[in-house]
Amino acid sequence: MKISRDDVLKVAALANLELTDAEVETYRGQLDDILTYIDKLNEIDTSNVEPMTQVVAASADDVPLREDVVVRADIITEVLEGAPDPEAPYFRVPRVIEK
Amino acid sequence: MSALTTWTIPDVRSALDSRKISARELVKEFYARIEQANPKFNIYLALSPERAYAQADKIDAAIAAGDALPPLAGVPLAVKDVISTRGIPTTCGSRILAGYKPPYDATAVTRLESAGAIILGKTNCDEFAMGSSNENSAYGPVRNPVAPDHVPGGSSGGSAAAVAANLTVVSLGTDTGGSIRQPGSFCGVPAMNPSYGRVSRYGLIAYASSLDRIGPFAHTVRDAASVMSVIAGRDPRDATSSGAAVPDYLAGLDRPLHGLRMGIPDDYFGEGIDPEVRQKIEAGIRLLEKLGCKRVSIRMPNTDYAIAAYYILATAEASSNLARYDGVRYGPRVPGATLIEMYQKTRGRGFGPEVKRRIVLGTYVLSAGYYDAYYLKGQKIRALIAHDFREAFEKADVIVTPTSPVPPFRLGERTANPLQMYLADSYTVTGSMAGVPGISVPSGKTSKGLPIGLQVYGPAFGEDRVLHVAHAFERAGGSDL
Repeated sequence: MKISRDDVLKVAALANLELTDAEVETYRGQLDDILTYIDKLNEIDTSNVEPMTQVVAASADDVPLREDVVVRADIITEVLEGAPDPEAPYFRVPRVIEK
Repeated sequence: MSALTTWTIPDVRSALDSRKISARELVKEFYARIEQANPKFNIYLALSPERAYAQADKIDAAIAAGDALPPLAGVPLAVKDVISTRGIPTTCGSRILAGYKPPYDATAVTRLESAGAIILGKTNCDEFAMGSSNENSAYGPVRNPVAPDHVPGGSSGGSAAAVAANLTVVSLGTDTGGSIRQPGSFCGVPAMNPSYGRVSRYGLIAYASSLDRIGPFAHTVRDAASVMSVIAGRDPRDATSSGAAVPDYLAGLDRPLHGLRMGIPDDYFGEGIDPEVRQKIEAGIRLLEKLGCKRVSIRMPNTDYAIAAYYILATAEASSNLARYDGVRYGPRVPGATLIEMYQKTRGRGFGPEVKRRIVLGTYVLSAGYYDAYYLKGQKIRALIAHDFREAFEKADVIVTPTSPVPPFRLGERTANPLQMYLADSYTVTGSMAGVPGISVPSGKTSKGLPIGLQVYGPAFGEDRVLHVAHAFERAGGSDL
């Protein structure tokens, strides 16, 4: 067994994800299967291989950065309309700063 | 399935030019079809009639005024629900974005609308594009129009099915590990995954940013090429979009294939391939030989490691990209006593099982102590797979493979075992990892009438070559093999 109940709970906490007891058990088993499968990668020696982070990294000249200029979007109203608890021009959340 | 008339892009244009139909009438016809068929197939999640009729009226006014029409004037378009459309609900097939209306359009959408296309609505998909069957949508699965008790493939199942069911002329999907090509194969329509960087990702709601791409579904390869001509090219809003020149994808389509070297990787025809799929793909290869392609045997020795590496990299990126769904800025919130509790409850109830599974896996492989063993290893395997492709393209101009090792399966048949579902993506995941373009084009059907797709890979930014081969294959009767 590669992964325990506690591992799943620890990772879920890191990801701010509430899981039910049944989900913890299901994911533990499924992740165990997947991680066991992933172990096949150890068949290949990659000690001399450079990691590939991005496809475009090979042609960096091809991807120039644009000018960094401020553009007004003027969409504050639209953005706030979609928020669960807006108080223009803010998003309201449960208190995080002690009085 | 009732036989609805298929409209291609040239059909639309000639009907508009000859005044047989107005753009408004055409939109009305498509909405009538959707109203009829959608309850059965569950293809569209949202419709945008106001915006569609406004655009149609603009096209009709241009026709009345005798103005020159843009290339996609009046062409109905369906857009996958992970692509942002201003004011039109965009949920990514997830409860966590229920009711979300983006405040801006994706660049691909802006470009298509500027070229005259008419957005009919948003198509169903696996939640956040994670899945191969469309069964991971929070809004229920799409049914395959060719065989309604079968899945349409995924994750862009709705976009593929919308074309196959004649509920649009063209559609946009997204592909991270096969999510355009595999549903194209399952629904029997051409489906193009462009090179990474060819089409702007601005407005594409991210799953795995180093792999995500936008591409078209269409009734014909020519129509897919027409859409590509509009959406390809550099966008200042996507720093990974390429400035490489965009060729005229339509110009070279009808050239003969003579002398083109077609690489066939033995590694793609090993165990796990359905016998009927193998038979039809081999028939497809023979057809391409008859058209003048020269068959070359190639090796892609790291193919077998692609899935394992992909599920490390894609889930790691997903766990980071999906951190933004926390009940603060968009979507429904589940209240909690503290901020953290609010996050945890909102995410726990807002995400479906497959998304949670991938967030947990992705967080695990990135967590302290495991980074080198998993994430770094995955990136190294990715480099080896890209190397396989570079070597292969020394010997071959294109690579031909099956799109999927299996034909469409029945709804519910494969949901119990996520790993088995992942393993069926190996022919498409390789190209995703390498960043190269690939198209799936119909290549006959099984004895039960289920579509099979043949995949053509080209080198990075070789979309013109890929489209050329697929078009010749289609014209020579590939879909009836």
